[in-house]
Amino acid sequence: MNTSDDANASRVPAALDGNAAAGLLQQIFAIDMTMAQITCGGCQSVQPLAALRLYGLPMGNILRCPRCESTLIRAVARDRECWLDLRGVAALHLRLSS
Amino acid sequence: MPRLSWRTAEIVAVHRETAHARRLALRVEGWPGHDAGQHVDVRLTAADGYQAQRSYSVSSAPATPELELLVDCVPDGEVSPYLTREARVGDRFELRGPIGGYFVWTAAYGGPLLLIAGGSGIAPLASILAYRAAAARGIVTRLLYSVRTAEDIIFKERLQSWKKDPALAITLTLTRSAPPDWNGYRGRIDAAMLREVAFAAAEAPLAYVCGPTAMVEHVADALVSLGYPAGRVRTERFGPSGEST
Repeated sequence: MNTSDDANASRVPAALDGNAAAGLLQQIFAIDMTMAQITCGGCQSVQPLAALRLYGLPMGNILRCPRCESTLIRAVARDRECWLDLRGVAALHLRLSS
Repeated sequence: MPRLSWRTAEIVAVHRETAHARRLALRVEGWPGHDAGQHVDVRLTAADGYQAQRSYSVSSAPATPELELLVDCVPDGEVSPYLTREARVGDRFELRGPIGGYFVWTAAYGGPLLLIAGGSGIAPLASILAYRAAAARGIVTRLLYSVRTAEDIIFKERLQSWKKDPALAITLTLTRSAPPDWNGYRGRIDAAMLREVAFAAAEAPLAYVCGPTAMVEHVADALVSLGYPAGRVRTERFGPSGEST
């Protein structure tokens, strides 16, 4: 995770992936979420959260389905509050450590 | 897993890797240790309270006492110009981690292991390679590393020492210009290059690809077209928008 070839290509930042939202989501869920299997409410495809496309925009982070581009998760967190919109997710499957 | 909390990191050494990239060795109070491939979030706070946050991969092996981050300078970035140009030994900043369980490799996952990096995307793969050298040397591994010019090769010394391992093959490709005596590949990684360098899909390799978004997507698609199951190709994209607040 670092710089990119096309740093100034456009105002809308290039998509990263769910790995870059791992800290933010771990702050909310208190466990690592990158391995969570996410079922897209749009196309029903299933992939780990790490493989979703992340768009870090000034109003917050948007995670989209890499197959159909549906908005799956919107998340904003500050020190003392967070805001999470999961309406694009049909199902979220987590393996819990014993 | 404990809830993530911000810790104080103190810079104990700054190493110049390339004209734009620095390797920072850090002492982090209460650091719980990490797995190879994980990253951290770094937060800088200005005198007026303004905060900027970015993610950086850990490049050191899990057992190393000091935590090492590789930082490549984004000229108009908010965090990397400080970390690459101004940061000095003794400086402190906030850090939280380790973060991420997906782009992680442990010896139990086995091999053959295919590592593909573009530019500073070598950072988490360097952690995997250092861990492998210390704890899983027998696992057959190939590294394909793409940079613009020979001057942009990060971890030159480590690559030299890892090259001595007969179970590890290192291949470099230069995308912009190459010296006359260059005997590696030239040009961007494509399906033809992967057909020569990567393991055949029938060997059931596990692939890790890290680099700029376009490169990662291109390489991941090419590996899938060569028969790699999508679930065996783990990817991590990086870019200047790596903010998580």
